[in-house]
Amino acid sequence: MLSRPLSPHLTVYKFKYTLATSILNRFTGIALSAAFVLLVYWLMAVAAGTSSQERAQHLLSLPLMRLVWLSVLFAFCYHLCAGVRHLVWDTGHGLERTQSQRSAWWVVIASVLLTVLLAVALLHLGRAP
Amino acid sequence: MSLSSPLRQVLGAGPARSGVHHWWLQRLTSLALVPLSVWLLVSLLALPALDHLTVRAWLAHGWTALLMILLVLLAAWHSQLGLQVIIEDYLHQSGPRWLLLVLTRFANVLLAAAGVFAVLRVAVTAAA
Repeated sequence: MLSRPLSPHLTVYKFKYTLATSILNRFTGIALSAAFVLLVYWLMAVAAGTSSQERAQHLLSLPLMRLVWLSVLFAFCYHLCAGVRHLVWDTGHGLERTQSQRSAWWVVIASVLLTVLLAVALLHLGRAP
Repeated sequence: MSLSSPLRQVLGAGPARSGVHHWWLQRLTSLALVPLSVWLLVSLLALPALDHLTVRAWLAHGWTALLMILLVLLAAWHSQLGLQVIIEDYLHQSGPRWLLLVLTRFANVLLAAAGVFAVLRVAVTAAA
C-alpha cells in the first residue's frame, strides 16, 4: 500500500448532526448485515422441517430478542430512508448545505415514525416476540 | 528522476476505474432492495400466522420463491459491497484488513447460497 493520506479523515471535521446521520447509515448497514444472517437461518430452518422451524422460532422469540428485533426494525427503517436520501443525492439534487441539513432531519423523523408504526403493527398483530 | 518503470509507479495507486463499478453496483442493488425489502416486511406482516404449514405454503408459491431468491442474492451482494468499504475505510493494517475482507466475502457467498438453497428446497418439495 502507498503511504499517502487516505480518506475518511475522521479527526479533521467539526462534529455536526449531519456527520452523525452519515455514520449511523453505516452502523445500521452493519446491523442489517447481521440481521440477514438471522433471515437466512430462519429460511434454512423452514426448509429443514416443522421441528427445526419451531426450534428456530423459539430461539428468535426469546425475551432478549425483543431488543434485537426492535433494533433491526429501526436499522431497516433508518437505512431505507437514508438510502433513499443517498439515491436522491446521486441524481444531483439536494446537495446544498441547507437542503442536506433539512433532509438529515427528515430521515431521522421518518425512520423513527416508521419504526414506531411497525412496532405497533407487530404488537397489534400479536407478532411481537 | 525515478528509476522504477511507469507501470510500477501506477500499480496499486488507485482503483483504475474499478471504483465506479463498485459504486454503481451499490446503487443498483440498493435501488432493487427498496421494493424487495418492503415486500418481505409487508408479506410477513400479512401472513395469518408463522406456523410451518402457513410459512411453507407462502414460500413455495412461485412469486414468493422468486422474489425471495432475488432478495437473498441482492441483500448478500449489497451487504458485501457495504461491509467491504467500511473495512477498507477504517482498517489500515494490511493483515487484519485482508483477513476480514476475505471472511466477509466468504460469509456473504455462503449466506447467499444457503438462502437460495433453502428457498429452492421448499419450492421444489412442495411442487413434487
